[in-house]
Amino acid sequence: MNHTPGFKILSQSSEMLTLFGSHFLYVSRTLSLVSLCSPTVVELNHSLTSVIPESALLIIIGWILGGIIYGADKMQTFTLTPTVFFFYLLPQVILDAGYFMPNKLFFSNMGAILVYAVIGTCWNAATVGLGLWGCWLGGAMGDIDIGLLQFLLFGSLIAAVDPVAVIAVFEEVHVNEVLFIMVFGESLLNDGVTVVLFNVFDAFVSLGGAEIDAVEIIKGIISFFVVAFGGSLVGIIFALLISLLTRCTKNIQIIEPGFIFILGYLSYLTAEMLSLSAILSIVFCGICCQKYINANMDERSVTTVRYVMKVLANGSETIIFVFLGISAIDPAVWVWNTGFILLTLLFIFVFRFIGVFLLTWILNKYRLVPLEFIDQVVMSYGGLRGAVAYGLVAMLDENKFKEKNLMVSTTLIVVYFTVMLQGITMKPLVTWLKVKRAAVTELTLAEKIQNRTFDHMLVAIEDISGQIGHNYMRDKWHNFEERWLCWFLMKPSARKSRDYIFNIFHQLNLKDAMSYVKEGERRGSLAFVRNETKADVDFNKKFRASFSEIMPDIMADNMGPDHVPLSSILQDIVPSVCLDMHEQDLTMRESEDFNAHHLLQQHLYRGRKQHRHRYSRSHLETNRDENEVQEIFQRTMRSRLESFKSAKMGVAPAKKIQTKHQKKDKPQKMPNGNSSDKSKNHPYGDKGTCSLLFTSLLGHQPPVVCIIIQSHSKAISRICLILENRLD
Amino acid sequence: MGSTNSTLSKIPNVEELMQETGFTPAHIVRLYDRFEALDKEKTGHLRPQDFGAINRLAMNPIGDRIIGAFFSPGQETVDFHSFVRILAHFRPADKKRPKDPSMPEPVNSRTSKLKFAFQLYDQDKDGKISRAELLQVLRSMLEMQVTEEQLESIADRTIQEADLDKDDAISFEEFRKSLEKVNIDHKMSIRFLR
Repeated sequence: MNHTPGFKILSQSSEMLTLFGSHFLYVSRTLSLVSLCSPTVVELNHSLTSVIPESALLIIIGWILGGIIYGADKMQTFTLTPTVFFFYLLPQVILDAGYFMPNKLFFSNMGAILVYAVIGTCWNAATVGLGLWGCWLGGAMGDIDIGLLQFLLFGSLIAAVDPVAVIAVFEEVHVNEVLFIMVFGESLLNDGVTVVLFNVFDAFVSLGGAEIDAVEIIKGIISFFVVAFGGSLVGIIFALLISLLTRCTKNIQIIEPGFIFILGYLSYLTAEMLSLSAILSIVFCGICCQKYINANMDERSVTTVRYVMKVLANGSETIIFVFLGISAIDPAVWVWNTGFILLTLLFIFVFRFIGVFLLTWILNKYRLVPLEFIDQVVMSYGGLRGAVAYGLVAMLDENKFKEKNLMVSTTLIVVYFTVMLQGITMKPLVTWLKVKRAAVTELTLAEKIQNRTFDHMLVAIEDISGQIGHNYMRDKWHNFEERWLCWFLMKPSARKSRDYIFNIFHQLNLKDAMSYVKEGERRGSLAFVRNETKADVDFNKKFRASFSEIMPDIMADNMGPDHVPLSSILQDIVPSVCLDMHEQDLTMRESEDFNAHHLLQQHLYRGRKQHRHRYSRSHLETNRDENEVQEIFQRTMRSRLESFKSAKMGVAPAKKIQTKHQKKDKPQKMPNGNSSDKSKNHPYGDKGTCSLLFTSLLGHQPPVVCIIIQSHSKAISRICLILENRLD
Repeated sequence: MGSTNSTLSKIPNVEELMQETGFTPAHIVRLYDRFEALDKEKTGHLRPQDFGAINRLAMNPIGDRIIGAFFSPGQETVDFHSFVRILAHFRPADKKRPKDPSMPEPVNSRTSKLKFAFQLYDQDKDGKISRAELLQVLRSMLEMQVTEEQLESIADRTIQEADLDKDDAISFEEFRKSLEKVNIDHKMSIRFLR
C-alpha cells in the first residue's frame, strides 16, 4: 500500500526525465560554463559583494562570457530561451522561496501583499502601456510599427516585480521584516496577474483590434480569477499530497527528500499544463507543506531538503543572471530607439512610486500598523524587474510583433538598470535614510543595558496583552488546524512532540544526558554518576553549588544515567573562568570600559526578532537563537523552582501543604493560589510557582500536577517519572 | 465581534478607567477579551499561574519580573482595572495634550514610563537601585558564559557612569538623567490594536 503512490510518481517523473534528457546536452554545456563562474563569485572579497550585489557581478561576468562566445562563434549560441528559463531554472528558485517563507508574517500581511500584487501590477501595466502609447502618438518614438494593444502587452510584462531580483538585492540590505515580506510577497503573487494580462493581450493582438468587445474583456477578468485561484488550488493539493506522503514514509526515509522535489516540480508542471499560474502553484505548495513535512520527516531528511533546496536555488539564480548577461551580447537582437527606451525607464520608475504611495495611503487607513514613509520609499525603489520579464518578452511571436527586438532590447536595458543601478544604490539609500533620523552617538553602558531591557519588556508586554496573534480569524484557523489538519497530515509521533516547550525540555534532557556521558567517559566510567554524594560536587558549575544543598531529595532518587532528574535541567557546562581580564581591569580604566562594552555587545540576550532579515539565499539560520532560548528558559524555570523550593524549605513543609488541601472546599483538581501566602520575596508563592512551573512545562494538564503536589516529599522525583513517561 | 457596548457594560467603572488610562472603548474591549482568555477559571482575577501559562514569557529573561510588576506588593491577584492600568503605561504618548500642571501625571507620560522601568529594577522598593539589584538584572539578561567577576565589573562601571551623588546606588533622578537621550516614548510603547 505504501508503494503505489511511489510507483505512480516514479512513472511520472520518468516521463519528465525523458523530456529533460533531450535537453541534457545543452544544459550540461551551460552548467559547465556556469560552474566556472560560481567559484569566482564566491571567492570574491566580501567587501566587494557588500557594495555591489552578486547579481550585478554575475551579469558583468555574463557580458564577458558572452563576448568570448561571440568572438569565438561569430553568433550567440547561448541565449536564455524561454523554455529553459521557465521550465528548468525558475521552478527551483520559487520552490525555495515558498519552502522558506515565514508563514506567519506572510499571512498576517496577506491583505496588503495582495493589494500591491494585483492592483499595483494592474496599475503599473496600464499606466506604462498607456503612457508609452500616448508618447508614441505624440511622435516621441519616431516611426515604429506598433499599436495600442502591443503597448499594453509590453506594459504588462515589464510591470511585474521579479522575485529573483528582489531576493538577490535585498539579501545584502537588511531591511525590516514587514517591508521585506511586502516586496517579496508582491513579487511572488503578481505572477497571477502577469500571466493573465500577458495571455489576454496576446490573444487580443492575435484577434486584432476590431474584435474586442465587452465580452472579451469580461472573459479576461474571469480568466484572472480562474488562473490565480486555480493555480493556488493546484499548489495546495500538491502540498496535501506531499504531507500525506511524508506521513507514510516511516520505513523508507531515504527517498523522502526526492519526493519533495519531484512533487514540487510536478505542481509547477501541472499548473502549466492546465494553463494556470505555475508560479502561484509552486509557491503555495511550498508554503503549505513546509510545516507538515518538517514535522513528519526524519531530521536528516529535513536537513537534506533544506540544503539541496538552497543549492539548487543558488545554482539557478547564478545561471539566470549569467545568461541575462550573455544574452545581451547579440547584435542581432539590438534595436535602439532612444525615445522608447528612455520613456520606458522613466515611466516604470515614476509610476511605481506613484502607485505604491497611492496604495499605501489607502491601505494605511485599514492597517493596524501603518507603513511609514521611509518604508514606502524603499518599497517603491525595490520594485526590481528581472528575468521573468525577459523570459516573457522572448516568448513573443515575431510575426505578430514586428517590434519584438526593440522590446527585447528595452527589457534588457530595464533589467540591467534595475538590478545593477538600483541594486548598488539600494544599500546606501537605506542607510542614508535611516541615518538622517537617528542620532549617532556612542551609547553609555546604562543606555545599552536599558535598551535591551526595553526590548525584552516590550516583547513581554506584547505577549501578555496578546497584541500580536490575538485575532479571531487566526484563532479559528488555529483551532481548525490543530484538530483536523494535524491529525490528518502529521505522523502521530510528530504530533506529540509538537508542543514547543516540550521540545525544549526534551532537548535539555538530551543535552544533559550527553554531558553526563562525556563527564563519565572523562573519568573512566559512568559509575561515578550513580554516586549521589559526588554528583552534585563534580559538576563545578556556577549557581549550582548552592542548589545541591537545597535539593538533596532529588539526588536521592537518581536511578542511573538513563533517568534524568529535574535537576539536570539546571546543570550545564560553563567554561572555566578567565581571571586574566580581571587583573587587567585593575590597572587600566579604558580597557575596563572597552571590555565592559564588548561584553555587553556579545552577551546580552537579544530581544525577539523584530528587525532581522529572515530570508537569505545563502545563510541557513543557525541555532544561536535556540541556544539563547534554552538558556533563558532554563534560568526562568530554575528561578521559579528555586523560589518554590526555598519557600517550601522556609516554612514547615508538610503542614503547609496539608492545610492548603484542607482549606479547599471546592473539589478542584488544580491547586489554587488563593491561599494567603507570606512569600514577599517571591512573586509567586510556593504553590503558585510549582503549578506555574508545571503548567508551562506540560501545557494545560492540571490532573497530572495535582497528583504530584499531594505528596510533597517525593514530589519532585515523581514529577520526573511522569514527565519521563510523557517523553516516550 | 459582538457589540462593543454590551461588553463595556459588563465592566464596572468603565468611564473612569477610560478617562484615567486614555484607552478607547475598542481598546478596552480588546483588553477585556484578552483578560478573559487568560483567566481560564473565570474568577475575574488573574493569578501568577495564568500569566505563567503564556509560554513565551518563560523564554523572556525578565518575563518573571514583568509578571511581578502586575501584582502590587502583598496582593495575590490582579483585577481587570489594575491589568489595564499597568498596560496603559505602554500606550504611545498623546502628542497633542496640553500641559496642564494641575492635572495628575498621565499614565503614559515619559516620567510614568520611566518609573515603571525603574520599579523593575528596584525590587525592594526603597527608591534606589542598589548594586545587588543591578547585578540581579544583569545576571538574568546576560548569557551564562559571562563570569561573576565580569558581571560585577559591568555593574560597577554602570553605577559609576550614572551615580552622581556617589552613594553607590542609582536613584530615580539619576536613572532618569542617564536616559535623557533615549527616546522613551518610542522604546516603551506598543501599538494597541483596535
